[in-house]
Formats: sequence, C-alpha cells, structure tokens
Amino acid sequence: MTDLQQPLSDDLLVVTDATQGLTSESVSPARLAIRRYLHHKGAVVALVVLSTMALFVILAPLTARYGVNEAVFKTSAARPNQFLPPQSVAWFGTDDIGRDLYSRLIYGLRVSLLIGLVSALMGTIVGVSIGAAAGMRGGRIDDVLMRVTDIFLAFPFLVTLLIARSFLSSVSWLEPITGPVTSVRFVIVLFVVFGWMVVARIMRGQVLSLKEREFVEASRALGASNTRIVVKHLVPNSIGPILVALTFSVSGAIVAESTLGFFGYGPQPGAGQTSLGNLVGGAKGALLPGYWWLVVFPCVTLVLVALCVNFIGDGLRDATDPKLDMGGH
Amino acid sequence: MAEVVLSLRDFRVGFKTSLGDVAAVRGVDLDVHAGEIVGVVGESGSGKSVTFLGMMGLLPRSATISGSATVRGTELVGASTKTMRGVRGKRVAMIFQDPLSALNPTHRIGNQIVEMIQAHQDLPKKAAMARAVELLDIVGIPQPDQRSQQYPHEFSGGMRQRVMIAMAIANDPEVLIADEPTTALDVTVQAQILEVMQRIQRDLGTAIVLITHDLGVVARVASRVQVMYAGRAAERATVDDVFANSMHPYTRGLMASLPGAERARLIPIPGSPPNMLRPPPGCSFAPRCAHAVAACTVGEPPALVAIGPVETACLRAGELYAEVPTHA
Amino acid sequence: MLRFVLRRLFWSVPMIILVTFLVYVALRLGTDPVKSYLRVNQRASDKKIQQYIEANGLYTGVGGYLRGYFQWLTGFLTGDWPRSIKGSREVWPEFKAAMFNTLRLGLVASFIGITIGLCLGIFVALKPGSLRDTTVNTGAFIAVSTPPYVSALLLQLVFAVYWSRWFGEPLFPTSGVYPPGHQGFDPFLMLKHMALPVLVVVIQVVAVYARYMRASLLETLNSEYMRTARAKGISERRVLVRHALRNALIPIVTVAAIDIGAILGGLIITERIFSYPGLGDFFLGAYENGDFPQLMPWMFFFTLVVIVFNLLADVSYAWLDPRIRLD
Repeated sequence: MTDLQQPLSDDLLVVTDATQGLTSESVSPARLAIRRYLHHKGAVVALVVLSTMALFVILAPLTARYGVNEAVFKTSAARPNQFLPPQSVAWFGTDDIGRDLYSRLIYGLRVSLLIGLVSALMGTIVGVSIGAAAGMRGGRIDDVLMRVTDIFLAFPFLVTLLIARSFLSSVSWLEPITGPVTSVRFVIVLFVVFGWMVVARIMRGQVLSLKEREFVEASRALGASNTRIVVKHLVPNSIGPILVALTFSVSGAIVAESTLGFFGYGPQPGAGQTSLGNLVGGAKGALLPGYWWLVVFPCVTLVLVALCVNFIGDGLRDATDPKLDMGGH
Repeated sequence: MAEVVLSLRDFRVGFKTSLGDVAAVRGVDLDVHAGEIVGVVGESGSGKSVTFLGMMGLLPRSATISGSATVRGTELVGASTKTMRGVRGKRVAMIFQDPLSALNPTHRIGNQIVEMIQAHQDLPKKAAMARAVELLDIVGIPQPDQRSQQYPHEFSGGMRQRVMIAMAIANDPEVLIADEPTTALDVTVQAQILEVMQRIQRDLGTAIVLITHDLGVVARVASRVQVMYAGRAAERATVDDVFANSMHPYTRGLMASLPGAERARLIPIPGSPPNMLRPPPGCSFAPRCAHAVAACTVGEPPALVAIGPVETACLRAGELYAEVPTHA
Repeated sequence: MLRFVLRRLFWSVPMIILVTFLVYVALRLGTDPVKSYLRVNQRASDKKIQQYIEANGLYTGVGGYLRGYFQWLTGFLTGDWPRSIKGSREVWPEFKAAMFNTLRLGLVASFIGITIGLCLGIFVALKPGSLRDTTVNTGAFIAVSTPPYVSALLLQLVFAVYWSRWFGEPLFPTSGVYPPGHQGFDPFLMLKHMALPVLVVVIQVVAVYARYMRASLLETLNSEYMRTARAKGISERRVLVRHALRNALIPIVTVAAIDIGAILGGLIITERIFSYPGLGDFFLGAYENGDFPQLMPWMFFFTLVVIVFNLLADVSYAWLDPRIRLD
C-alpha cells in the first residue's frame, strides 16, 4: 500500500516556502506530530471508536450481557432459544445453541485484539532486529535473505500462512513454544513467524538510507559500535515508519486470524472463549438458511476493527512523515 | 530610458491555509525595461519568487492575486486562460532554481525544447528539433546534436540549467524570469550560467528579472536592484547606488553579511523574518532593526520614497543617511 | 537491457530451486505424505509403503530431503508427476482446468478492476481535498480493510439468499461455473456464475488501484516539472496527459506486476467461497487432504509466476523510466 498524501500538503509546502517565519514559535516534534494526527479526521474518529470498543472489551464481564457460553434462556419446545433474530433479550440475536451474539462478539473481540497486539508487537521486534542486522551488514547474505523474503511476501498470504501453519504444527520439538495447533499461542507464534518480514524490509530500507547520514557517520567516527548505532540512532530515527508498520500489522493479524477462522484453521480457544475468526467462520453456515444477523454482525465488527486500526495507521503516517513537515526545506 | 516591458503595480498574493490567511506579497511595484537585467533580492520567504509565480498564474489554487501586472500593456491579473497561455513561454519565460526537478525526467531534452517551440510556433517537428539543437548550441552545450537525445539525469547541474535557458529563449521572449537560477550550483558553474544569461541579454535584447538571495550575484550582472522584505519592496536603486548609498537598514544588513575584502568579519542580521500569518504593524523589519524607534512599529508599513538616487521604504532613511556613512 | 534480463533469468534458476526446496521441506514436514497415504490406504502392507516411499522419494534425514527433492524435481520437469494421494488421480489435467478457470476469473476481474481503479484515482487526484476525493478515499479505505470473504458473504446474503426470498429466485448463483449437471458451453450462464466472484475481486482491485493512482498522480502533480510544463504555455490537457499522467503511470505498472500475488490471493479466498473450481479451490482442497503431490506443483507454479512477474516489473520499470539503469 502506498501512502495517501493528505491534500493539505500541497498548499502548505508552498506557503512555508513563501513565509518561512510561519513556525518560528518553536513547536516540539511530538507536539507537531500530534497536531498533524488530529488533522486526519478519519484517524481521530477511528481512535475514538476503537478506544470505545477496547473499553467494552476490557470491561467484558460488565459490558457483556451473558457469559460467553451462556444461553439467553433455557430452551424449551414452546420457546426455543436457537437462531433468535435480534430482539430485546438478545440485541444481536442468538446462535445455533441459543447464545447471545452480542456478548460473544465482545468476548471474541477480546481474544482477537490480544492476538493482534501481541503478535504485531513481537513480529515488529523480530523484524526490526533482522532488518537492522541485514541493513548494517549488507553483502551477499543480506541480498539472498531479502530476495527470499520478497518472494514469500509475494505469495498470497493465505498460502504462506497455511503452509507455515502445517510446518510449525508438525515439528514436534517446537511444541513447547507453539503449544497445540488450535491454541491462541500457536496462532501468535505463526503470525510472528510470518509477520516479521514486512517490518524487516521497512527497517532495512531505513537503515540503508540513514546509515550514510552525517550523524551516523559522526558517531561511527567516534567509535560507536554497530549495536549502539542501531539502538541510539537508527531505531529512534525510524520510529515513525516502525510505528506505522506496527499498526498495520495489528490489523493484518486480526484479519489473518479471522481468515484462518473462516476457513476452519483458526484457534479454537477452549470452551470458555471464542474469537472473531470463530464467529466469522460461523457465518458460513448461517448464510443459506438466512440467519443474517450471524453473518452481518461478526463481519461488520471485523471490518470496523480493521478499518479503525488502518485509519490510525494512516494518521500515524501523516503524523510522522517528515515529507509533510511544516518546517520548510 | 528604454520602453517598459513588464510592470507590476500594487501587486498582491495571498494564500488561504488551514492556519489562516497569509499575505505573502503585500503591494509590490516594479518596472522592467527592455533589455535590462533587474535583480530582485531578499531572504527566502520575502515573497520574491511568489510574486513572479503569481504573476504567471503558476501558484496553486489556494493563492489569490490582485493588483496589476502588465506585459507591454497586456494585463495578466485575472486574464483568461487563453491570454495566459499566449504569454507563458512566448512573451515571458521562466527558469527555476533546481533544473533537475524542473525538467521532466522521462522526456528527452530535445523533445522538451521542441514542445516549447511548438507551443507557440507553427513548425514541423523536424524543423523544431533543428532549432532546439541550435538553441542548445547557443547556450554552450557541446555536441548539441547527441545531447538533445539524452535525458535530464545524464546532464550535470550546470548543463541542466543551460538546457532550461535554451528552453526559455526558444520563442525569443520579451522577459526572462530567472528564479534563483544559480543557487543550486557550484560557484564556478554559477559564474558560467550568469555569463550565459548576460550574453542572452546582450545578443537577444531580452529583459531579465534575476531573483536571488545573493547580492553578490546581483552586483555581477544586474543594472538595477529591488530589495524585498516580508512581501514588500524595501529599497530600489541602480546596482551602484544600492552598494554606495543604500539607506535601508535591511539592505545594509544584507551587505554587512556579505563576504567582502574590507571587513574582517561578517555581521549577520539578528532574528528571522516575521510570521506572515500575523505580520507586525508598521515596518516589518522593525523587530530586527537596530535603528527602530517607536514610530516604526505602528500604522501602515512605509512606502518607497525617493531620497537622492535611491528609493527607500524606511521612516528614518533621511536621518540615517546623514548619520552613518555607507560601506562603499 | 538484454544482458540484465539474461542474468536475472540465470539467477532466477537457483532462486526457484532454493524457494521450492524450502517449500518442499515445509510441505514434507507439514503434510507428511506418508501419513496422508496411510490415511487413504489404511491396509497398505509394509512393502507397499516402502514402494510408495521409493517411488516418491520420501526419504528422511537432511540428505534424504535433498535426494527426495531432486527426484521430485526431475519427475516434475520430465512430466512424470506423482499421482494425487486422495483418489490416486492424475494431477496435471485437474491443475490445467483449474488454471484456466482462475485465469478467466482473474483476467476479467483485474481488467475491470484496474481500469475502474485507475480512472477513479485520476478523477480524484485532480481535485484533492474535494468532496469526491474524500468520498472515494474513504470508500477505498473501507474496501481495502474489508477481507474478500466478508464482501463475498454479504453479497451472497443480499443477491442470492434474500433476493430469492423477496423475488422468488436468486439474482446470481452462489457457486460453481455452471449449475450442477450442466453440459456444454454457455457463455451467458458462465457470466452469470462469474458475476459475484468477479465483483468481490473487483471491489478489492478498484480500491487498491484507485489509491495507488491517486497517490502517484498527486506526487507528479506536485513536482516541479509540472510548473515548467505550465510555464511553457501548452494546454492544461497536454500538461496533464503528457507530463503528469505518463509519469504517474510508471510506478503503477511496476506495482501491477508485483501485485499479481495479492490479486491471486484474493482469488483463492473468493474461489473457495463460491466453490469456483480454480487454483484457489484446488490449493485449499489439496491442503485439507494433505495431498503433497497436488500441493508441490501448485507451489512450484506460483514461485515461477512470482519470480517472472518480479522480473517483468524491473524490466518494465527500466524501460519506462530512463533514470533507472539495469546493471
């Protein structure tokens, strides 16, 4: 995805050109970034929506009306509780065994957000390390590594994900790390194994361009080690792109979890839990009988979450992109 | 004096931005006579480039332009697209600061010049190309035949600026506006480009407006100078008079910060240009001026007033002129 | 240029071997062909199993994997493909049929999607910040954030399930290329079956390309040579077409070539939902059965496509943009 330039850049550039005294009252970079983020209306709305959802999810025992596996009422021949359309007793309707979809969505989102955040965070850490190492070292190994990741990244992600999944699940000595194939932990490890590549590429590009800059050369001349240069200079100076990549990998992981769930390869998070992927997967069976609520609500929730995270990523990109800097050339 | 080819009267440019309206150019007057080189000098942000981009209609839509700008009687402010197209490239041509980004990277040099020629002359492609090669030769590009088939990235900085000049003079314009043409170049190459421009002015009789922040460049080629500050003219005179009899503290400051033989050290102007969202009342230079008095910071900014051979926009010009000897 | 292409082609051979070997190892470990074989042939004798291992090169150990891989590769290249585990069928005829089905769906969808996407991108880039820009931008953002199965489910729900409730019969069928039991070629029926899957892919492609085009065109529109072009006094139309559009399309061509994997990825998911017998359906079916002999050719084919399109991207970029030198 290439970045969407916000239209404000156009006249701002010209104006800063013309009136350089514009930002002479000095504004700290962080303040400036926040100001630019707030300029992106979609990102602000997304942040509010997502925070609200996160609040609901964190307070799940309070906000959910029923337990995750609790039927809305005891079923009986006279008053069955399965497949109830949305009504006051179950706002989003009930599923095949009479559980409240609204409550299940909250619990499912809890698991999915956790998967998204943890795997994105870990994948980013791995990716930044590998990318920085590749960029600093350079040479043949870097070449081959990057070409191979290029090819894997060019594969349809579902294919790569499925193959990595069966590979990970069959290597017995990995079991202590990954846990069983249906566990949440397994999916997180899978996404880390898969997700570092994008970040690594971004980080490598950053390192390659920053490495030649004066401040890095200067600290190298002063005898700083590679590790120190990476930690002290390269990572802080790449924090914008890293943050953006991190955000997009959160939504990527949430969507990927749902995709796996949809095709029946997702985590089966035990009796007490569910996930967005599970719920979206359940929509398949509900389609033909016409239980629309079981299709629409999980799907809309998934899109809403992915959209919000992506909007936040887009806003962060605006906020941290030096190209949109208001400080002139 | 020769006929006036380009004339600005109370020319103004404003921008609507998300932060508020910015008055980038606030009433500029200027006459350019046939065949002369006029230097327009100022810091970045003084509105010198915006003035001429605005005159040519090359600013984004957020810019509002008022006042008057005429080329031999043709009014450009508020002119129709058709009129503007007839003026651009034909009667007024422009060259820009960074010739690499100003040339289209994916078109051959020859074709870019041909496009300029064919925009205003009814020449077949072949003849236009021959003319393009001839123009490249005029601006001093060796092997113009082969070079015309190359792309901008295959040229050095100085050569690219020569290409820009060749393109600009393709239709024998009345005025050539050169927007910081030497800023991005090495000092030795700067001199060569200035020489090419002087030759153009001498041989073709083209009037040249040389926009620059460098008084040294102006001193070398221009006959008259207009100094700009914060979107207004600060001072106007012939080159010799500006250097000998400048009466505006800002111009003097500029000269003091210029490396020269007589002075041991350079004296920078303190502070930075004003915030154009909220320009200070009175003289815009007053906050940075060592000679400012209370009267300088109230009311309308001062207009140009002729004192001897120099026109100066400074309330205290008269007293200061008597008080302080200039650096000449 | 020719030398570059030849050298890249030469280097792509070890690259293909390396990648497919990694895939081979992952698949061998992941699907365990011997286990899959035993699942289908539950009463196979030890001798039979040994025979199967020999015939397919399913040796163990590091050396065994290498030997097995090259045995597989030789067979693959000489047209001696192992039969599928489930049903012991020939792989190539099914693979070929799936490939043509995917090609038909993919080409139609990409053509429609890219055309509309580029036009939309141009349309909004000319007026950045306007209402239409915001609308298209937000729409594209939503579409990009919507996984294909979500749009597929929602479309099926409206145009098939609920349409038949409201109007008696579904507007579009939800599965297959033809209705069950249909014989022969019928372009109208085929198009009707393709409508929904094509729509799902088109939504994605339009969104992606509209965003690419908008970003790319905005960048060229903001570049300084646009000012030079306008200063020449040529028509605005010529400025936009010859200078802005032409330059904006260069990166798009490259992106289009690299993006082939993403489009195919969308196709896989879409095919599955619509039970469309293409390569995606083929892959997922083979994956479910752990059918190594079906998966390996599929992966090989994809590696080839990815590498060839990457090369195409580089070559077309160098060909279109004189600043890029290939060496």
